[in-house]
This record gives sequence, C-alpha cells and structure tokens, in this order.
Amino acid sequence: MCFQQKMIHSLFLINCSGDIFLEKHWKSVVSQSVCDYFFEAQEKAIDVENVPPVISTPHHYLISIYRDKIFFVSVIQTEVPPLFVIEFLHRVADTFQDYFGECSETAIKDNVVIVYELLEEMLDNGFPLATESNILKELIKPPTILRSVVNSITGSSNVGDTLPTGQLSNIPWRRAGVKYTNNEAYFDVIEEIDAIIDKSGSTVFAEIQGVIDSCIKLSGMPDLSLSFMNPRLLDDVSFHPCIRFKRWESERVLSFIPPDGNFRLISYRVSSQNLVAIPVYVKHLISFKENSSSGRFDVTIGPKQNMGKTVEGVVMTVHMPKAVLNMNLTATQGSYTFDPVTKVLAWDVGKITPQKLPNLKGIVNLQSGAPKPEENPSLNIQFKIQQLAISGLKVNRLDMYGEKYKPFKGVKYITKAGKFQVRT
Amino acid sequence: MAASPAYGEEKGGSSSLGEPEYGHDPASGGIFASDYKRHDDLKEMLDSNKDSLKLEAMKRIVAMIAWGKNASDLFPAVVKNVACKNIEVKKLVYVYLVRYAEEQQDLALLSISTFQRGLKDPNQLIRASALRVLSSIRVPIIVPIMMLAIKEAASDMSPYVRKTAAHAIPKLYSLDSDQKDQLIEVIEKLLADKTTLVAGSVVMAFEEVCPERIDLIHKNYRKLCNLLIDVEEWGQVVIINMLTRYARTQFLSPNQNESLLEESAEKAFYGSEEEDTKDAKAEAASLAKRKPYVMDPDHRLLLRNTKPLLQSRNAAVVMAVAQLYFHLAPKAEVGVIAKALVRLLRSHSEVQYVVLQNVATMSIKRRGMFEPYLKSFYIRSTDPTQIKILKLEVLTNLANETNISTILREFQTYIRSMDKDFVAATIQAIGRCATNIGKVRDTCLNGLVQLLSNRDELVVAESVVVIKKLLQMQPAQHSEIIKHMAKLTDNIQVPMARASILWLIGEYCEHVPKIAPDVLRKMAKSFTNEEDIVKLQVINLAAKLYLTNSKQSKLLTQYVLNLAKYDQNYDIRDRARFIRQLIVPTEKSGALNKYAKKLFLAQKPAPILESSFKDRDHFQLGSLSHLLNAKAVGYQELPDWPDEAPDPSVRNVEVPEWTKCTSREKRKDKVEKPFYSDSEGESGPTESADSEPESDSEESGSSSSSGTSSSSSEEQSEDKEGEEEEEEKRKKKKEKGGPRKASPRSVGSEEEEEAEGKKVKKAAGPQGKKGHAETSSEEASASESSSSGSDSGTEAPTVVEAKRRKVIPSSKAGPKEISLLDLDDFTPPPPQPVPSSSIISTSLVTDLEGLTLTDTSLAPALLSPAFGAVRTYELLHRMAGEGLSVEYCFSRRPFPGDPHMVAVQIQISNNTDAEVKSLRVSEPKLLAGMRIQEFPEIESLAPGDTASVVMGIDFCDSTQAANFQLCTHTRHFYVSIQPPVGELMAPVFMSENEFRKEQGKLTGMSEITEKLTLPEKCRSDHAIVQQVTSAANVGRVPCGADNEYRFAAKTVTSGSLVLITLEWREGAAAQLTVNSEKMVIGTMLVKDIIQALAQ
Repeated sequence: MCFQQKMIHSLFLINCSGDIFLEKHWKSVVSQSVCDYFFEAQEKAIDVENVPPVISTPHHYLISIYRDKIFFVSVIQTEVPPLFVIEFLHRVADTFQDYFGECSETAIKDNVVIVYELLEEMLDNGFPLATESNILKELIKPPTILRSVVNSITGSSNVGDTLPTGQLSNIPWRRAGVKYTNNEAYFDVIEEIDAIIDKSGSTVFAEIQGVIDSCIKLSGMPDLSLSFMNPRLLDDVSFHPCIRFKRWESERVLSFIPPDGNFRLISYRVSSQNLVAIPVYVKHLISFKENSSSGRFDVTIGPKQNMGKTVEGVVMTVHMPKAVLNMNLTATQGSYTFDPVTKVLAWDVGKITPQKLPNLKGIVNLQSGAPKPEENPSLNIQFKIQQLAISGLKVNRLDMYGEKYKPFKGVKYITKAGKFQVRT
Repeated sequence: MAASPAYGEEKGGSSSLGEPEYGHDPASGGIFASDYKRHDDLKEMLDSNKDSLKLEAMKRIVAMIAWGKNASDLFPAVVKNVACKNIEVKKLVYVYLVRYAEEQQDLALLSISTFQRGLKDPNQLIRASALRVLSSIRVPIIVPIMMLAIKEAASDMSPYVRKTAAHAIPKLYSLDSDQKDQLIEVIEKLLADKTTLVAGSVVMAFEEVCPERIDLIHKNYRKLCNLLIDVEEWGQVVIINMLTRYARTQFLSPNQNESLLEESAEKAFYGSEEEDTKDAKAEAASLAKRKPYVMDPDHRLLLRNTKPLLQSRNAAVVMAVAQLYFHLAPKAEVGVIAKALVRLLRSHSEVQYVVLQNVATMSIKRRGMFEPYLKSFYIRSTDPTQIKILKLEVLTNLANETNISTILREFQTYIRSMDKDFVAATIQAIGRCATNIGKVRDTCLNGLVQLLSNRDELVVAESVVVIKKLLQMQPAQHSEIIKHMAKLTDNIQVPMARASILWLIGEYCEHVPKIAPDVLRKMAKSFTNEEDIVKLQVINLAAKLYLTNSKQSKLLTQYVLNLAKYDQNYDIRDRARFIRQLIVPTEKSGALNKYAKKLFLAQKPAPILESSFKDRDHFQLGSLSHLLNAKAVGYQELPDWPDEAPDPSVRNVEVPEWTKCTSREKRKDKVEKPFYSDSEGESGPTESADSEPESDSEESGSSSSSGTSSSSSEEQSEDKEGEEEEEEKRKKKKEKGGPRKASPRSVGSEEEEEAEGKKVKKAAGPQGKKGHAETSSEEASASESSSSGSDSGTEAPTVVEAKRRKVIPSSKAGPKEISLLDLDDFTPPPPQPVPSSSIISTSLVTDLEGLTLTDTSLAPALLSPAFGAVRTYELLHRMAGEGLSVEYCFSRRPFPGDPHMVAVQIQISNNTDAEVKSLRVSEPKLLAGMRIQEFPEIESLAPGDTASVVMGIDFCDSTQAANFQLCTHTRHFYVSIQPPVGELMAPVFMSENEFRKEQGKLTGMSEITEKLTLPEKCRSDHAIVQQVTSAANVGRVPCGADNEYRFAAKTVTSGSLVLITLEWREGAAAQLTVNSEKMVIGTMLVKDIIQALAQ
C-alpha cells in the first residue's frame, strides 16, 4: 500500500520537554512513535542546537528545525532536497509568528484550529501550495482580540468568505483590492556587523550584512522603484520575488509591486573590499590563577569610529568555563547577571558615553580542586546605532507609478551588531 | 492515549477568548466512560441545525485530531455536514474527511457526490478545491472517478484548476500505480501547458510518476527554461533539479576537453586492439571529439536562465541553482555560486548545516571557488558543534600553501575551545593539513606534540592518534617524539590513544630499543585491566618485540600470550593463539613461521588522511542522499555525460504562424503574461503559450517556414526560441503577401505541390499567377480526384465522391480563400514512389523569393482544402542534419507485408554538396511491443537529390514515438516519429445497421462525448467530412439522418473498432461522440477532431 511519496508526509510539533503537542498528516497517518528516533538523537546531542537536522530511520527520514523552543519535525519517505523541507518549515514558523505575534507552544495550542487550517492550505499532498502570507491571510484571517470576541458571540468564522483570488493572479504575493486611508511606505535599512576580534584587538574578520525591511500600506496596485545613491556597495543581494531582476541587473534600481504589509525586500552583503568600521572596542583582562580557586575579570567597553552617533543598547554575554562557580563583580554602568547553571554572564550596559567608559570588574570564583580553565571565554557583544548605515548605503529616492495618490514615504537606518565576537 | 486527554485539560486553561475551551468542558475528564459521553455531545452538536454549534463541534474535533486523539467514531456524524453551507464548517469537515476517509472507506463514499458536483461548479476555485479534497481521500474504489476528474481538470480553462490536477496526479498514483500510463498522458498534456502556475506542479508530478520518461521533456525544455524565473519558489526547486538530470543526458560535458586529454592517451595505447566494428564507431566518436567543444545553445540557455535565481531569498532555490552549476557549468563559470552559498551561511543553523555539507563536497573538487571567502568559514564560539565541525572541514579543504599559516593560527585558537568534540576535530584537521601540505608538516607535528602535555585527556588522546598517523610518514626522524609518547602510557587512559602509542612503539621498536621492552613490561602488568583494543595492541607489541629482540622480551611475550589465552574476549584468545603459532617455532608450525618477521614488520604505507566528503559528489548535490551519504529511497541517479550528444533537434518547437491567429484568441486573453521575464525574446514563446497543448501535428504546419528560417544559419548561434520565431515571422512577411492564409490544411497539399515540384519550379512565378487567375472548378475537381485517388488509394469511393461533389461549390464560393494553382500539366502522381518531399517545396519557395511575387502568393495558392489527408512532418531538420533533411508523412496505405504496421513515407533530401552514402535505420529504441520494418538501405544520394522510401512501424496503438537512428556513412542522427492518433487506424466499411450495432456494444466508459462549436467555414457537409478525414484515417459510413455524420475505422495493430459520430445541431452547435474500447485513443481522437474542426 505504502507507495513512494515525495515531499512532506507528516509534521509533529514537539516542545522542549519532549511532548508532541500537535501532529498533522498530509497523507496516511504516521505513528507518533517515529518521533522516538528524534528523541534518541536529541538525547545524544546534549543541547538542542546540536540535534542533527536530518535523521535517517529505518522507514522514514526526519527533517527538523528548532525555532522558539519548538521542534518542527517533519517525516519524509523518499529523496527530497533537505533544504526544501527546512526552508518550508521555517516558513511555517514565520507564518505562525506573523499570525499570532509569537511562535510559541501556547500560541499554537490556543489557536490550534487556525494552525490546522493554515497547515492544510500551505501543503497539498506534502507539496507547498500557498506560502505567501498575503494569500494565506485572504484565506484565513489572523485572530485579533476583537474578532475573537465577535466570533464567540456571533459564531462567525475566521475563514475568509471571499475566495483567494491572489492565488490566481500573476502577482501572487499581493492581495487584491487593498485600500488605506493613509497611504504609507516605510523602509528600514538595517545593517549588521559580523566580526571576530582577536585577543590583541585586531580584526580577524568583519563583514556587513544588511536587509531592507519594508512596511507598505498602499492602496491599489502601486508600482514602486527604489534607487540608491551608491548601489555599488551591494556585493551580493537576494531579493523578494516581487523584485524585477532585469531592472536591477541593468539599472541597479529596485523595481517592484510590493506585497501588502510587512516583508523583507532585500538582503545584501557589502562588498568585502570595503574596510568595515568597528564601532566599539573592548579592553579585557580575564585570568585564572594556577592552584587557587579564583580569577580576575575586568572588561571595559569603549566607542570607536561611530561617526558621531551614540552606541546604545550594548549588551555583553559571556559563556564562562564550566569550572566557574560564581562571579563577584561590580559594574560602573548597567547591571549584570550570572547564571551559575548555564554559566552565562550577561551585562546590560545600555548607552556608551565616551566621557565615562563602562567597566565590569571583580572576582571569579572557581570550583575548588578543579584544574584551572585552559581557555578564556569569548565575549559576545550586541549594540545598536540609530540613524546610521555603517556601510554608508543611502536610499536616493522612491517613486511610485500606477496609482494617483501621494504616499507618505520614510526611510530609517540602523546599525546593529550581528555575530560580534571578541576572543580573549 | 491516557496521556493525551489529560493534555487537553492542561492546555484548556490557557486557551484564549473565543476559542473553544476544551478543558472547561465538564465532559472532557480523563475517564474513559465520559469519553463516549463527550462524543455524544459532539454528535448532537453536529446534528443540530445551527451553524455555530456545528462549527464549535468541528473545532473541537479538529483539535482532537491535532493532538493525535482518535475521533474516528464521529465519522458518520461529520460526513453528513460535507454539504454544509458554512464555509468554515465545510473546510473543517474536509480536514476531518481527509484524515479519516482511509479508515472508513464505505462511509467516505457518501461524500463523493458532493465533490463531483463541486467539480462542475462555474467557480474555478470551487472546482479546484473539490478536486483537491477528492484526490486527497485515499479510497481505492474511487480511483476511476479520480482519474476522470483529473483528466477533465487537466483541460480546464483555469490554470489554477490545471495546477490542482497536477497536484492530484501523484496522489492517484500512490493510490493505484496501475494508472501510470494514463497519468503519463495527463502529465504529457500538462507539461505542454504554458502557464507558470502549472509548470512547477506538473514537473513535480512528473518526477514522482515517471522521472524516467525524459523524452517528455524535450519539447518543453526551452519553455521550462524561459518560464523558470516566474514560477513560484517551490516549483523552481523541482524544475531545476529535474533539468539538471535532463541536461546530463542531453548535452556534452562542458569540461570534456580536460578529460579528453586523458582519454586520448589511453586510446593510443589500446587503439590497436580494438575490433573492426568498434573501430568505426570510435573513429566517429573521436572525430566528433576532435571538433572544438561548442556548448549546445540549449545548455547555455539553462545556465543563463537559472543564474538570476541565485539571488532568490529561498535557500532551497539557491542550493538548487548551485548544484545545477556545479554539475553542469564549465569550470570557469562555477565560481558564481560561491557568493550565494556563503550568503546562506547567515541563515538558520539548519540551513547552514545543509549548505556547509554541500560546500564541503564542492570545496574538494573546486577549491579555488571558495578561497576568497575563507574567512566566512571562521568559527565562532557560539556556533553549534555540528556547524563548527563542518566549517572546520571546509577550512581544511581550502588549506593550501599560501593560506595555511592563517588557517593554522586560526586552528590554534580553536584548540583552546571549551567544546571538546570540536577540539578533537580540530586536531584531526591539523593532521590533515600536515599530510596534505608538506611544508607545514613539521610545524604541525611540533604543535601536536605540545598538545600532548595538555591537561585535557581527550585532547592528548586525539593528538596521539593523529601524531601516530603523521609519524608513519617519516618515522626515522622522530624517535624523540616516540620516546615522549612512550612516557605517556603512564597517564593516558583513553583506550584509542593507548593503543596508538603501543602500535607506534611496536612498529618502530628499532628506534627506541631500550624503551620498548620496558613499555611491554608495564603493559603486561596491567594487561587484565585494559580495554580490548589495547590488549590487542599489547599482543601485537609483544609479537614484534619477540621477533626483533627476543632475548629481552621472550618471557614477557610468553606471559602476555598466556594471559590472553584465558581472556574473556574470543577475539583476543584467537589472536593470541594465532600469534603464538606464528612466531614461536615448534615442529608443528608451518612454513609461515619463517616469514613471521616479514609479516609483522613489513613496511606499511602511511595512511592517507582524507576528507569524509571526498567523492560524495557522485550524489547529486543538495539531495538528501548526498547529505546522508547513502542512497535514499527514490533517489534518481545523476547520469554521466553522454559521449556523444543526442540529437538536439528534439527540443525544437516551432511555433507556426497560424497558431496565433486561430480561434484560440478568446482563450489567450485569459492567460497571464509572464510578469518578470521582460525581454521580448523570452516572452515570445510564453505568450503564444496560452492555449492548449499543441499536438505534434501542428509543428509540421510550419514546415515551410522552418525551411526558410534555416537558410539563415548564422543567426542561429544564440537562438532563443523567441528570436527564431521573430526571424520566421519577418521572413514570411517578406516572402509573401498573406502568410496567414497558410492555414494548416495547406500543408496537406504540399504533397501535391511536390509531385510536380520541378516543373513548377521552372514555371516559377508567372505561371503561378496565371494559375491563380484561372482557377476553375473543373481543374479543382480534377486535381481533387486525382490527388485523393493517389493518397487514399483503395479507400471508399463514396468519400471521394462526396468530396468531389462538395469541392466544386466551395472552391467557387471562396476563391479568395482557396486559390488553386494552374494544374494544366499536372499528371496524377504514380502510386509509387509517392510524392517527393516538401523540402523541394521549401527550396522552391526560397527560389521564388527573389522573383516578382507580390500579393499572389504561391504557397497559399497550392492549397486545396478538400485534399485533406496527407501532412508532412519533419524528421530531421536541414540544420540539425548537417544538410540532410528528412521528412515523413503517413501515406495511409496499408503497409505491404504487414497489415499491423502503419506505413510511413520518408523523404530524404541531400542538401549538402557531397554524396551521402549508405543511408539506413539503426538502433531503434522502441517501447515494448512496438516494431519497425526498416526501409532498404539507400546506397548513395547525390547532392541535391531526393529519395523516397517507405517504412512500416507498428505503434501498438499508442502515440508513443518510435525512436531510432538515421545513419549515414559518417553520422548518426537521433530521430523519432510520433504518430497523430488519427494515423493509427485504417478505415473500415460498414452499413448503417452494423454501425448502430457496434456502437451499442461500445457504450459507457468506451463512449466519449464532447460538445463543440463549429466555426463558420466548417458548417458545410463537405468541410466537416473533409476535416474529420484529414484528422483521422477513417472511412465514412452512410447515414440516414441529416446533419449526422458517421465514420468508422479499426486500429491498425489490435483491430479495435473506432466509431465516430458527429451530430450537427442548429447553428454552430455540434456534438461529437467517439466509441472505442481503446479509451485513450478515443479521448485523443476527440481532441484532434475538435481541433481540426475548430480551425
């Protein structure tokens, strides 16, 4: 009976304590016991991040992702590109996020019927059918408090009663008949600095990755084109499907009919030839004394090359070695916490003012008798700089065609730390 | 089960407003008895006539399903609501139905009629959703219903419904794989669909049902390439993966020049031994090879059209393109994918995991590609271990003489990591760098030796293992290190490391003559407490020492062997016994004894430390099999490049002019234009797209135009379909006044034209003009009867009679439309050899091009509408055949010698300036049951000459193409003949009564009825008969009733009756009925006839 079946057969959602709290089958039912293989792998992996995304079992393959403390475990029976499944599962998680504001176990359990309806629409026979949020929202309305109150009284439904014409159009990402009284288009240029700084403070590796997230609330069928002052900065770009590739190739202009609402327009990498300005520096002294159960910890963070803007939202997290029992520190600014179980030190610094550099200093208590830790932990830094795109990227202009009204336009720049690590 | 109700309760508390509050339901306690009660409760709600109650109940049921609880006993209550008006209730019922129908098959059948009704709904979305649910119910009984529904939906007006049909195909296939053949037909039809919406889904169905039928792709290849960018993301992945496989079978390796060098060397060596027959082939092959490699334009098209997709936001699409480039692109171009793959490393860790696996494989083959991105693979302490280890793998693969120092510095920081598994992997990586790059071997070794004093035992152990491997390469220089390691036996407890040290000491005991026996002494002391793997190495060490230094170690060895003799592990006991026999000479011990030293202390080759990703690229990258490094179920092998390119002309799709101006325009406007394929060239084919799948027969319609376009050979270099098409258009317009008149019917007349080709050629323009002017009914009828006489041979005189009668008025009526050539000196062609090829006609047309032909066009002048049947098809285009052009037609004569074969008239023209010798058919590739009767070999064909031969093919009553090779003395051409369904039959004669009787037997599933609208020009008896007989080789059956036409035929192979009835009702409406036990033939015939009548 069981014949070859491609693509996704079943989906199980599992929480961190190993409970299967939702199952959906697109074909014949696969028993929950298949998840035992997953639990086995999970046990072996020690921590959640190391559960292999693809597990081979005697009759199935399990492909899983871990998002927001939930494992999405899909059951596959035959050859399929693993990224296909992984990418799809992330889309599912994104959709939940989009619908319920968070992708958590509670949110999913509370909205189990909507979740089920969504999963039904997103896959047909295990093959992705409608994954665009604009189409899904036409089919199934997201819950709002007001609507759920109304629904509970009137017994009306969350299912859209209009048929999803978007699916039929040649612009499947945009729903038809959009209407706003205030027409607005906002673009957030968000750049993240990925860097590895070595012990001596020199940069081992640094790179700028950026995205442009858009929030577009425009009536009708607007056709937008966005141009940059310095498009050459963008070295590698990936596009939302709405962007006309040919225009970009020939003119370096982003031309598109946008989806309605929030979406990521492009992600880009700034060409590696450009030197990356590192906005902060870290002075550190971490040492453990031989044959004693204590060590010293002294870290100072200072601003550097921030182009006159303030560095704010600075947070430092450190995974201390296992031998560390406790830390006794004083912060000149902000507050710190140390979790003796996970050995994570987190220091919430806040804003850096050059006049008074924030410093965290004190004693590290080690397990007595344990050998001195071989290595120093690396410091992970987060920060934010408003109104600055560190690469220097600038939007030149935004034009709208196809509609008569004048939209309100806005561009916001922000620089953040991405994977920013200081080795000590 | 017991756990889950409790579960429901647990979560009930947190449920928000408006959602069903499962937990608070008093009936939902964990006790079994109340379980039933609750279900009663739900049943009541479902039976009520309030939608809100039903909805509430359905929501609870769906929640139960979601938690994996059994709700199957509610089936009867739920299924009743399948026709509920409320959309949400309906949807939830569908959810329930799809989940449980398989378990409750009988009850599920109750719902079927609702869906069947839905299938006929005027709203396309409802049709689609009905088909979707219907096909998702896994109930074998409804297979025939599903099949019908799919077939119908596949020709639905709405592309969305057609997409749903494509989705339904794999569902049906998994339910009943016997339907494969029929499903393939549907797939074939949908593959020809020109909308982006359908493309992805149908390729998915193709991959699942018949991935081996690569021949179905030929005609759609260019279209798929051009549509690709507009297809939705998921479809793109499937199409790209399929096209990768396709390209591997159809094109030559772009990197063959390198492999050629190796091969030719080999050939020189073995060449003399080859047999004569093989020789010829090899020669031909090498001849082809010696030509500089030129990439097939179709190959280029694929690479060019997939490249932009590297910019996709979907990681799966990027990966698909990357693997396509890796497997198909010339080496110099593969580099472009590196950037995109590196970008994916910013994505979720699962994506990173998969991408890194693939990068690891790629970086072995094409190291240079990722070198510029070396730093992107640097490891952060926050990366998960599995990612770290993969990055390490990539870094190691990328290491070379220039970057090794940076990499080693990086490795040094990794060694201090807290993550011990990662440290161990780093040490191995250092070992690999040391083996691969001789320059740094000593540096690495020193570094590793330093690690031996590391505090962490795991680090030390791993270092020992790696050092052991490195030392094997040059042991003499490193006795110090060996001594150092010997000391470690006191401290290290990790078995693998202890075993490695022991092995090392044993192997190089000559370098450490003093220490070795001492180590053995210590090990003998602790022997009983060691792990098995260590014990084996102790025995090994003892044996080696005994052989080299028996004076000091004889007793120790005896002792160790005695201990081992009583060990618990039989491997160790065995080994001890074996070694004792081997090394200790006794009278019993055999000849081996002498060689013991040679056996134990032979030079051992140093191990090669290589990546576990080596050679993984024999799996298609990006596939599950590649990731697992094991063939997954359903994995399609990536074929090797062919040695010789298959015929590229199979992909030629010529879009004839007239397809654009026929009655299909009304459909065209519904079809979306491609949104983003901006270039004209690309949108060309998509636009003409719209419409329905064109049967191959249409292609031939443009035979003349193809001939023309071929004259512009230099313009073909980078031919996109669109360009070609444009080219044709322009030429045509230049050429003659009303190309649009070249209606498909005209093609049939080419035979006639050719018969007297040469004469006409000489007569050229003026006569053509005159002929046009002088068109007379008499001549028309004369030509009519003679030509029909020639081609329909012994066929029904009635038909001919009928034709003759009708022709006269019609040709008079429409002189503008039907202009006939002056046929003064036209003599009926002799029955054999039958008319010459249309190549003459095309060359004729080209010849005439320069003449003063203005509005009096020649080609349209040649058409005689009543002269229906024979249409020529192109077998080998002049360009593809390197000057040799071959056409064929179905002469509709019984094939002499075998009544089960269809006679195919083949017309071969030699347009080269050299003689073509020994033309023959070879290596037919036929489906089971099909047979070919080859034509006798043509000894030689002079330049400019044309030969006509007849071959017989038994198609087994299927429209599958007969593939074979057409060989000349120098070349082989892959060609295929695909018969239109109408040619698979021969007319039969029967009376009206007989017809009725037979028709009575062929009802039900064997009867296919279709309504149609007759266009203006087809509303005469004559036109109808003529169109039907041109579409199919059938004989007319007399009929009493007015406005009813009957035809009959038998299929050639099996002799099954095919009965056609056309009822012409008032106005334009008509109804076509085909009765045949061969349903496939019936359906296709209906389609073809309707198409013929619509034109």
